[in-house]
Amino acid sequence: MYPRWLWPAFALPGVVWLLILFVLPFYAVVGVAFGSVDPILLTAVPAWNPAQWNFGWVTQVLTELQPGGIYWDVFVRTLEYVLLSLAGCVLIGYPVAYYISRHASRTKSLLLILLVLPFWISYLMRMLAWINLLSPGGYAERFLSATHINDLLFHLGVVSDPNNYLGGESFTVIIALIYGYIPYFILPLYASLDRIDRSHLEAARDLGASPWRAFLHVTLPLSRTGLLGGAVLIVLPMFGDYYTPNIVSGAPTTSMIGNQIDLYFHGGPQPTIGAAITILLSLFLVLLMGYYMWTIHRASRDLPA
Amino acid sequence: MSQAVATGRTTTQEFSTWRRLRGWVGNPWGKPRFLVVITWTYIVWSIAPVLVAIQFSFNDSRSLTVWHGFTTKWYTSTSPAINSVFHDPGLRGALQQSMKLAFLDVVIATPIGVLLALGLARWRGRGSGGANFLMLFPLVTPEIVMGVSLLLLFSHLLTVVPFGTPAQVLGHVTFSISYVVVIVRGRLFSIGRSYEEAAADLGAAPAVALYRVLFPLLLPAIVASAAIVFAISIDDFVISQWLSNGANTTTVPMTIYNATRATPQPSTDGIATVIMVITLAAVIGGVLVFRFFTRGEGGRGSAIDDVAGFGI
Repeated sequence: MYPRWLWPAFALPGVVWLLILFVLPFYAVVGVAFGSVDPILLTAVPAWNPAQWNFGWVTQVLTELQPGGIYWDVFVRTLEYVLLSLAGCVLIGYPVAYYISRHASRTKSLLLILLVLPFWISYLMRMLAWINLLSPGGYAERFLSATHINDLLFHLGVVSDPNNYLGGESFTVIIALIYGYIPYFILPLYASLDRIDRSHLEAARDLGASPWRAFLHVTLPLSRTGLLGGAVLIVLPMFGDYYTPNIVSGAPTTSMIGNQIDLYFHGGPQPTIGAAITILLSLFLVLLMGYYMWTIHRASRDLPA
Repeated sequence: MSQAVATGRTTTQEFSTWRRLRGWVGNPWGKPRFLVVITWTYIVWSIAPVLVAIQFSFNDSRSLTVWHGFTTKWYTSTSPAINSVFHDPGLRGALQQSMKLAFLDVVIATPIGVLLALGLARWRGRGSGGANFLMLFPLVTPEIVMGVSLLLLFSHLLTVVPFGTPAQVLGHVTFSISYVVVIVRGRLFSIGRSYEEAAADLGAAPAVALYRVLFPLLLPAIVASAAIVFAISIDDFVISQWLSNGANTTTVPMTIYNATRATPQPSTDGIATVIMVITLAAVIGGVLVFRFFTRGEGGRGSAIDDVAGFGI
């Protein structure tokens, strides 16, 4: 009923916009990373022609990414922070999503609203809130001192200074990352748990599975796409995070890959190295994303028709 | 512990309270109450810090940790000694810049996104698969990668675009379009094509079917996506920072960031509170409009789906 050209014409402005302002910018990054540096002005001189690309900067960054190199520690630290934060999100988020989808009946709407609320509060405000709480004399700091949890954390080696949480503690950064990203993890997980047909569980129980076994063999596998989706949704931006460590720590001892990029652009400007790191980070994330898509594809193929 | 041992009675009492608590939490026949405890602890943990930040924006002192009584001076004072949210030039400028970017983002990204959603949902030809794929990428690209690439684009390739508001608006629209597409396309699939086909059967020209049938049906999703674009634009820190042009294009999240790296003050909490209220008002407005337009459509559970859908 509609002319054939109509739908492509509708898509055109958006596609053109994304080509110019999303795809072309990557070419700008590539051009700068594979370009050279003006010897006097120290500014980036991009190379647009692939024949003139200079792979020196990317190679240099790759060399420093090996054990012993200056980026190796940062990369390992980033990986550590992201994985620990992801683990924290799973440990806290799974029970919460599970409870709301399965057991909350009368309070379900209220809980969902409260669950979504953090989405609409600025990330920066939520970080600022922790500055208030963790500064010396803040509510959380006083609570931790009064209950001697700060001593416990110190003796366990979790924090290096039990009275200054904001002075470069990995612990604080990881807690802040969990706090910042967990809403994005819980919601897709909740959605996948909520979709699970209860008759599967009843069948498992009727066939004699204990509640625990039913959970392990029915609920958990069926929520795998939600778990993976939530994980991807928080892991990708966490790898590019630089503001969270800057806000709650600001020390070089807690800097992540994102901080390194930020530093090369906003600190002592060396955009060529910054662009090279950005390219490597993007490639790494594309690989992660590819793995995720492959898993999802395999999972959907394995489903009985 | 030693006190409890000193008098036998206290011990018994504590013991029975403990046992009752244990019984309540671990009751194998009731609801799994330990999950109740975890869930509500999480909810309180996720929201209480923000409430404390709001509280200290009303603190009658510069302190962000010790409560000295209630005042609204951090919002309204005109004294030059107090950098109040509505009178300090820096804070006011940040509020204006955030609102300006959010407004322009909504005005530009919503129509482009709606058209793209329609196009992508119905265009079946060469290039449609690639366009669908392309649309997903801004949703998963870390903001710093987008920030770096746009910064380098505007400094080396599209040098006609000056940093500051123009570059910031282009950046915001770029990450907003995909959200609009996802929301509108979901609605498109749920309404199907039968209404338009009925209109065509009754003699409506394509333009009439689009404008008189499809558009009203899509309106709730359009309003919802506009509200969400407004909220994510106001919330954005990274793109605004990378594409800014000094102090006069500082947004509220940038102000908060800069303050946390120096000394945050009650007015920092104040400006964060103001932006939070504005965002919540936009989102609640969006939900209400959505509910109003779709009333009588869904059955049970649609409210929950809406709320969950609003978190993307």
